[in-house]
Amino acid sequence: MIRFENVSKIYPKQDRPALEGVDLEIVKGEFVFLVGLSGSGKSTFLRLILKEETPTTGSIVVAGKDLNSLSAHKIPELRRQVGTVFQDFRLLPNKTVAENVAFTLHVLGYSQKEINREVPDALELVGLEEKADRRPGELAGGEQQRVAIARAYVSRPAILIADEPTGNLDPANSVGIMKLLDRINREGTTVLMATHDSTIVDQMRKRVIELEGGHVIRDQVRGVYGYSG
Amino acid sequence: MRAKFVMSEVRIGLRRNVTMTFAVMITVAISLTVLGIGLLANSQVRVMKDYWYDKIQVSIFLCDPLSSSASCAGGAVTQAQINQIQSDIQALPVVQNVFFENQAQAYQHFQDQFKGSAIAQNVTADQLPQSFRIKLKDPTKFAVIQSAFAGRPGVDSVQDEHTILDKFFKLLGVLRDGALLIGIASVLTAALLISNTLRLAAFSRRRETGVMRLVGASSFSIQLPFLLEGIVSTLIGWGVSTGLLAGFKYLIDTKVSPLLSFTRFFTWGDVWSASALLLVTGFIVSSLSSVLTLRRHLKV
Repeated sequence: MIRFENVSKIYPKQDRPALEGVDLEIVKGEFVFLVGLSGSGKSTFLRLILKEETPTTGSIVVAGKDLNSLSAHKIPELRRQVGTVFQDFRLLPNKTVAENVAFTLHVLGYSQKEINREVPDALELVGLEEKADRRPGELAGGEQQRVAIARAYVSRPAILIADEPTGNLDPANSVGIMKLLDRINREGTTVLMATHDSTIVDQMRKRVIELEGGHVIRDQVRGVYGYSG
Repeated sequence: MRAKFVMSEVRIGLRRNVTMTFAVMITVAISLTVLGIGLLANSQVRVMKDYWYDKIQVSIFLCDPLSSSASCAGGAVTQAQINQIQSDIQALPVVQNVFFENQAQAYQHFQDQFKGSAIAQNVTADQLPQSFRIKLKDPTKFAVIQSAFAGRPGVDSVQDEHTILDKFFKLLGVLRDGALLIGIASVLTAALLISNTLRLAAFSRRRETGVMRLVGASSFSIQLPFLLEGIVSTLIGWGVSTGLLAGFKYLIDTKVSPLLSFTRFFTWGDVWSASALLLVTGFIVSSLSSVLTLRRHLKV
């Protein structure tokens, strides 16, 4: 589903590479944690998958698309296959919960009939069908993140990328979000989650990729956050 | 994206940026009006030229006993000279028609022109010169007549009404060029304002556009609502400017035209064709400045 072949990324005017010699594959249906300190290259890794950045050397294949040869006007097509969730939710404050979720489908050109069918399904999945008409500002942080997940998932993307989705949440809410991501993963979506949250990583016992200084220093099936010794 | 969704985003955008949208509309309205007045001034100069050039003629005044110019040293013009001059005039290809005005006709003409004035009563027919009144096919070809007849024995002077009008039209031409120049400058100002407004709009909606990018909207569908906003405000501004120009024309027809009966004014047709040109100008300027701005500030 996602394949990095000897990928390096050096940002202009920086002598140290953000990523260097990354070589790995994430297959369809996997749940993968991406861990590492700030500045270890996690964000660059995620940005490369969405082609918000291009690698300095090496090649990346996402959902069957070779990103090096993907022309600019095909980038939206790539992003439609990759749902994204962020630490800061990135909801539209002037739209209701249902409108936020529907926004994805509008952008993708769904008919109103399809939207009326898909949005309640997605809200039910995240447990917010009761709050469809509220605005994001009226919701708690955990609920807002659920809306963001519903929005990312409503178009059933093949891959879901979550960048620190629990970073702003308390432990109880974090668990709820993780259950949700786990459920989405069980329905067949590949989930890649960057996180600092060791408790979650240790509990879930999924594949863990650890970055340090732009290098993959650990790639472990059923791993934990720190070294397991 | 469906058209309905795009239109609702455009509506939200126009509402959210309402002061800037108004600024764009007003600037576009004013700049297009100024440009429109320049265009109408151009039409007006054309109309007046047609009107006046159609009326003007070249006059060759012939010597009478009182003439003092060098070519009249031989005294009053003779009939032989008159015949010779007439046939020479008729031989010129630039001449459309020629009319000989004898002293009796000149007297009549004079009496008509100065009716009721004291001068009219003190003039007698023999004080007035005989003349040829020539209408040219192309009024600008006056020099041909001037060079052929000025200074010839029997010819007192060659007068062209054209030379007086030319000064007048030169002045009008300067005014028209000035109006067009100011119009173009203000249209450029409008283009810059549209560009600036869209930049602000893009900035104030970076959250939406960010989300649109994330879920895979094409750059065209991200830019479209902004582009349409620019175009909608331009169209409204254009509507206002056409209204102002039509009001201007109405004012001229009802208030100015009755006072200035010696000339004609530009027609409604001129107003509509100026308006059409303004529409095209406004559309091109606003979409061009929008596209260039959005390409810089709404990268995908």
